[in-house]
Amino acid sequence: MQDAGKLSRLASCILPLAFLLLFYFYPLTSILSLSLAPDGTLDLSTLENLVQTPRYLRILWFTLWQALISTLLTVGLALPGAYVFARFEFPGKSLVQALTTIPFVLPTIVVAMAFSALLGPRGLFNNALMALLGLDRPPLDLQYTLTIILLAHVFYNYTLVLRIVSTYWANLDPRLAEAARMLGASRWRAFREVTLPLLIPAVGAAALLTFIFCFTSFGVILILGGPRFATLEVEIYRQTINFFNLPLAATLSILQIVFTFALMTVYTRLQARTALPLELRSRRTTQRKPQNWRERLLVGVNVGLMLALLATPLGALIVRSLSAEGGLTLDFYRSLFYNPRESAFYVPPGTAVFNSLGFALATTILAVALGLMAVSALTSRETKFLAKIRFLDPVFMLPLGTSAVTLGLGYIVALDEPPLNLRTSPLLVVLAHTLVALPFVVRSVMPSRQAISPRLREAAGLLGASPWRVWREIDLPIVARAVLVGAVFAFTISMGEFGATNMIARPERPTLPIAIYRFLGRPGAANYGQALAMATLLMVVCAVGFLLIEGLRVGEIGEF
Amino acid sequence: MREERSRFTYHESRIQYPMSLLELGHIHKSYPDGWTLTDVELTVERGEIVCILGPSGCGKTTLLRVIAGLETPDGGQMLVDGEDMTHTPPHLRGFGLMFQEYALFPHKDIFGNVSFGLRMQGLGRKAVAARVAEALALVGLAGFEHRDVNQLSGGERQRVALARSLAPRPRLLMLDEPLGALDRNLRERLLDELPQILHRAGATAITVTHDQEEAFAMADRVVLMHDGRVAQIGTPREVYRRPASSWVAQFLGLTNLLDAEVAGDGIETGIGRLVVSNLKSQDSNLKLLIRPEAARLGDTGSNIVHGVVTERSFRGERYRLGVRHASGIKLAFNVPANIDLPDCGAPITLSLDPQALTLLPAEKNTG
Repeated sequence: MQDAGKLSRLASCILPLAFLLLFYFYPLTSILSLSLAPDGTLDLSTLENLVQTPRYLRILWFTLWQALISTLLTVGLALPGAYVFARFEFPGKSLVQALTTIPFVLPTIVVAMAFSALLGPRGLFNNALMALLGLDRPPLDLQYTLTIILLAHVFYNYTLVLRIVSTYWANLDPRLAEAARMLGASRWRAFREVTLPLLIPAVGAAALLTFIFCFTSFGVILILGGPRFATLEVEIYRQTINFFNLPLAATLSILQIVFTFALMTVYTRLQARTALPLELRSRRTTQRKPQNWRERLLVGVNVGLMLALLATPLGALIVRSLSAEGGLTLDFYRSLFYNPRESAFYVPPGTAVFNSLGFALATTILAVALGLMAVSALTSRETKFLAKIRFLDPVFMLPLGTSAVTLGLGYIVALDEPPLNLRTSPLLVVLAHTLVALPFVVRSVMPSRQAISPRLREAAGLLGASPWRVWREIDLPIVARAVLVGAVFAFTISMGEFGATNMIARPERPTLPIAIYRFLGRPGAANYGQALAMATLLMVVCAVGFLLIEGLRVGEIGEF
Repeated sequence: MREERSRFTYHESRIQYPMSLLELGHIHKSYPDGWTLTDVELTVERGEIVCILGPSGCGKTTLLRVIAGLETPDGGQMLVDGEDMTHTPPHLRGFGLMFQEYALFPHKDIFGNVSFGLRMQGLGRKAVAARVAEALALVGLAGFEHRDVNQLSGGERQRVALARSLAPRPRLLMLDEPLGALDRNLRERLLDELPQILHRAGATAITVTHDQEEAFAMADRVVLMHDGRVAQIGTPREVYRRPASSWVAQFLGLTNLLDAEVAGDGIETGIGRLVVSNLKSQDSNLKLLIRPEAARLGDTGSNIVHGVVTERSFRGERYRLGVRHASGIKLAFNVPANIDLPDCGAPITLSLDPQALTLLPAEKNTG
């Protein structure tokens, strides 16, 4: 029995690791050697050049501080919302929850276009102000400003913080804060001294993901920031596409990886120290309907904020997709279904939707399976085993800090020859998506699994359950909620993934974001309108998927 | 011991405030999910230990939360030292609450937990340390300041929770099922200790429990709650001797309840005409409570009852005796263990002590 336990522990650690080695490290080393040692000998001139050019240091500095401000803004705005979701039941909650998850699934290009459609010089907001105040010029020009970049980042990551923190918070015993209140602490003091410290693992996880997301921000900066702003990611893209300077692009992406890896290491050290064995409470005992005007106001204001923040850009997108010169029209949608110019680029939206759903389902299954194995290994009760594999925690997070563009390039370079010739296989897209999704699954599941009191497992073990049964009967039901969150993330990431897919998807097997990008890439109001129409379709597909998942969850998992 | 008492005493305040510490009037509270409190009235005097007793779902924890300020009542008033505190937020009430399962802060050690309330009062570092040491000494955990609370046993957690609630010297301490999570031996010991600690600290306390033995052992007065209403208030002895209703009697384990009607100087019941000692009421539709200790073996004395033995189980110092009357009515008694009882199925003759028979007031139709 001990051998079986050892074996399953080993497998749970080796399988995800093998996946990373094959589909992450191998492509990266390929591209690295291609760029740093193109002729088989080490050539460090690119790196020297990079470090000595102030321009790149400025880019690095900007990348860091815009990510920091974006993270602070997002966490600050999302914490009250997470509280509302964690502690209150209210009508329409699951709908609001599903709606707030939509931005996360949208390709960055669509988010950027939505904000430009709302706040740009020809955006709905300016049009309304001009009509209202009788101006002949847009009063508010946010195009190519930091403000619009930050807004888009908050829009994008609000859900991430909301989901991760509220899932954890919902299982936190509300009596802890009440105990503080009874000991004389004001609401704010009780939050600061008791609730917040206990939320640190979840807030830390959410903030870290947000930071890394903004750190590697690409589409938002490229489109909304214009030529004035560049993050490392944008610079990698420009060096690759505009200048074909692969060695420099690779060196920049290595720089990016080093930074995120350092962040992850610091973070996991921190988390190991702050994770406490909390007695998780069932949601049923921690959630209730708002009972007085103060609570109703709190719920109302937060739900209002969520809807305003999330619905206005998307609303602008929809309105724009439905309006042409002459007023409201369905022309853009109709034109999706025929190909007037017999264009070779023509992609039937139906096929793109089908492709995206297939990739997303396969990605979800693979990412959740690998993620659960990784979490199970990383939270092992065998302290000796854990000490040996703890270094893997930041390793599993690595794909997050890796540029999608670099990843796609790596796949093309590395996976096109035997024994791993996947160049024409649809599996390639699934592998890339799984790689991007895996860190999200791990981060979503980790905090709640770490918070399971070891006594529960010991109790089950003493009742005669094998380690596998303990995992299935104790860990899985308790972690199920968090797993579901992870699965939702995997699904949506796959649906919206753009950077890597753009590099590796076969022309005849495009996903929705790729189809949108193709329409965007062509000039003219009609193509722009068709891109908006398809983006709206993508939004609808995702919203329907989420409502299904939310409905399933309420029915299937009552306890946690 | 003497020093501790003087440091922790609250009794001086009694001279300055002639009114009760806590007065609840007509408290109402209803929840969307069906929990309610209806017209609750309760007065708590200084230095008193009041125990709210009732089955789960009777509203006792809700009442505690309303008093604590964690819930706002829909109607009614709450006076503390004569001052209206119905809508005062919990942290400004100066009350303490020990939660069921204690709700110790897992991210703080024992010192961090016990000192929390003192820091909220803005006490200086030295004063905090002294008061923490004092509170820990009071609960028998002197010197345990820097233990991790996640490593403590159930009894130790309970003591830490008690010290944490006592340290800020609340004018009213509330304890929600204080012994509920403990094993039996520990419960027995703390059942003796807890009232002592509370009295030594001079605290006024309200405890909540579903356990009758716990309530009787700790309380100066017991408040019985049923379906969100107060069913009876009195000292443990009063409540046990004179239950206010058949629900109270049954909840206290007094199951010998018979329909009764007054007839002359006695009462008419299903087991015949009986004499009781407290015959005042003239209502029909009464209930007669026969206490389990009422039975004497033999046909001497008043209230002779014939029946058949249905159960005789040895319980150490006593027998549990089950008797079926010819009418089919079943009665249960406790009789001393040194008496020889007939076997099961054998006839038996008992006399019932009029002192142990109580007429309960007429039942109201509302629950």
